[in-house]
Amino acid sequence: MSKVREGYVRPVDFKHGRIDMSHGSGGRAMAQLIDELFLREFDNDWLRAGNDFSSMAMPPGRLVMATDSHVVSPLFFPGGDIGCLAVHGTLNDVAMSGARPLYLAATFVLEEGFPLADLRRIVASMANAAREAGVPIVTGDTKVVERGKGDGVFITTTGVGCVPEGVVIAGDRARPGDAILVSGTLGDHGVAIMSLRENLTFETTIESDTAALHDLVARMIDAVPEIHCLRDPTRGGLATTLNELATQSRCGMMIRENDLPVKPQVAAACEFLGLDPLYVANEGKLVAILPGEHADSLLAAMRAHPLGRDAARIGTVHDDPHGFVQMETAFGGRRNVDWLTGEQLPRIC
Amino acid sequence: MKYIDEFREGDLARAIAGAIAREAAGSRSYDLMEFCGGHTHAISRYGIADLLPGNVRMIHGPGCPVCVLPIGRIDNAIELAQRPGLILATYADTVRVPASKSMSLLKAKARGADVRMVYSSADALRIAQENPDREVVFFAIGFETTTPPTAVAIRQARALGLTNFSVFCNHVLTPSAITNILESPEVRELGTVPLDGFIGPAHVSTVIGSQPYEFFAEEFGKPVVIAGFEPLDVMQAILMLVRQLNDGRAEVENEFTRAVTRDGNVKAKALIAEVFELRDSFEWRGLGEVPYSALRIRPAFREFDAEARYRIEYRSVPDNKACECGAILRGVKKPTDCKVFGTVCTPENPIGSCMVSSEGACAAHYTYGRFKDVPIVPGEASAAGPSQGARSSPSGGGAAATGASLVAQP
Repeated sequence: MSKVREGYVRPVDFKHGRIDMSHGSGGRAMAQLIDELFLREFDNDWLRAGNDFSSMAMPPGRLVMATDSHVVSPLFFPGGDIGCLAVHGTLNDVAMSGARPLYLAATFVLEEGFPLADLRRIVASMANAAREAGVPIVTGDTKVVERGKGDGVFITTTGVGCVPEGVVIAGDRARPGDAILVSGTLGDHGVAIMSLRENLTFETTIESDTAALHDLVARMIDAVPEIHCLRDPTRGGLATTLNELATQSRCGMMIRENDLPVKPQVAAACEFLGLDPLYVANEGKLVAILPGEHADSLLAAMRAHPLGRDAARIGTVHDDPHGFVQMETAFGGRRNVDWLTGEQLPRIC
Repeated sequence: MKYIDEFREGDLARAIAGAIAREAAGSRSYDLMEFCGGHTHAISRYGIADLLPGNVRMIHGPGCPVCVLPIGRIDNAIELAQRPGLILATYADTVRVPASKSMSLLKAKARGADVRMVYSSADALRIAQENPDREVVFFAIGFETTTPPTAVAIRQARALGLTNFSVFCNHVLTPSAITNILESPEVRELGTVPLDGFIGPAHVSTVIGSQPYEFFAEEFGKPVVIAGFEPLDVMQAILMLVRQLNDGRAEVENEFTRAVTRDGNVKAKALIAEVFELRDSFEWRGLGEVPYSALRIRPAFREFDAEARYRIEYRSVPDNKACECGAILRGVKKPTDCKVFGTVCTPENPIGSCMVSSEGACAAHYTYGRFKDVPIVPGEASAAGPSQGARSSPSGGGAAATGASLVAQP
């Protein structure tokens, strides 16, 4: 005599279960995964409506949109995981226009065999990051690829936001005489990740700096609406970001090595891995370029925010048709700070 | 960082720079070669040349292990990596070195070869232990610094009874390369390359000691100062060389006393002697065939010798005709003397090996010193003076052009 309740559906086994091809087939297994995982974690009215789209009202101002794919390995690292990183990364790209991020979309490419326990951990981390940022994930998509054709999970997020009237922040607006500021210490994320990479196992207390920066940006714009450029120095680090901005704005930059904030542990790890912190990735830092006369006010506003505590003024923009980024070394010399070539490769001796 | 920052102190550097300027005040010039790529890198990265008076000139030497590796040897490594099932473990610097037919280990990897980048020979050994059903070859390169760890790996492989591990040995010797430069016609007979003294290797000397350099001081009358790789080490060594030249001395002096002794690391030298023996000759990029300048694995360790195991045949391949790496490695030319420098040959698409490793003379100059090649050398003083005309019509701008194709928004 069966004692099964009427209408009972066996829940997804998040403890021992794994992604299989049926989770991407469009059938009942996929619907159940969406219902018991994504909907439950991201929970909001737009998702509950069950449409393939979401429709939202937009406040006045200019619409800003950014998208970012996340393929980090390992998926879990000191200070974060691919889930919160996927939220922060896109929110920060939107925020670097001066916009307030409003909505997020998320797409998952899952590899057959991926443990559901890990997936739940990642989705919960995303939900938490979105909640803390106050930005709902309003639409999404899930695809499953055969074993060996993905690396566990890839997450693409897209964000939209709104720039208030009068705020014009873009990479081509740096001008000679502008000051260059960074919001905190350099290289934390890259070193945290590298400490777990194959062949490079070393122990470190460094945690990723992954964080959503839009609140910091809002405070900065309140303090100094005249900000010319904002950018988060992610892949390729500060050096790459400054080269991008110098190229876009067609001017040169001079930074001072002595003024660059780098944690001693990060400096030490970079030293023995043969890396340069200038090229190591950050996920919770920004570069701000603004007229020199406002630099002190902006620095004070940044330091008053928890994510800008270690903010520092690191250099100046000048006229240079070659668009060189240069550095006054701590040693008293001068050198180019060039684009990164390939991946940053360790030196052997 | 304790014990590192002390050797990068700006105030001390300026004090030494002052002493160099005072003591090199005469009319003569001081042409000094830093043999090691590590010194080349430090000089470029810390902007040391900016602190030197105009008559003290640094010539970059051939001591970059990746740069002196001939194309034929890279071709051999690629052939190995392309063998089905084989894993080639290599130091990361070698993967972008251009080989024949526009190939490199990195491109071979993209085409399916299993190339693993490792930090040490021990990592290569571990890969062999973890993959008992795969053949693992360690692509061993470098001077005396990286040779002892290779010897240790071979000995450990024997102790562990590993049958799937072997070493493709390309270890080369520093003293023979220095002799080759000093005996080159440019230096000895033609006098086209003024060479007054050497900054001796840092890490290499911790192994071989300072004694082997005494021959150069005596035989060729050139002073040698062994120096560490930190920028203050280099500054101090330059001052010591200037003093020797002013006094008319040609001695071996040791600035790197915290790590180098006259006899070096006796244990490491014994390990090298146990596992390796001299090759009669070896091809160096830039220097050509140099007698007794490299090591091969002794017959007693033949089962770990990839050259014997896979019957590797060496074929010499000439450099690209436009490439001046050879002359640059001998100190005959500067990177900017090369027609393809910064145009066809860049770190993104290197033609020659000097553009690959950050220790190579061309890569170091391209990455760190390019601003010196253009008329504008802006500083803080010019920062306040906006000049819209120049900005709105960028005049060429090599960096901007290179950069534009690379812009990758996160």
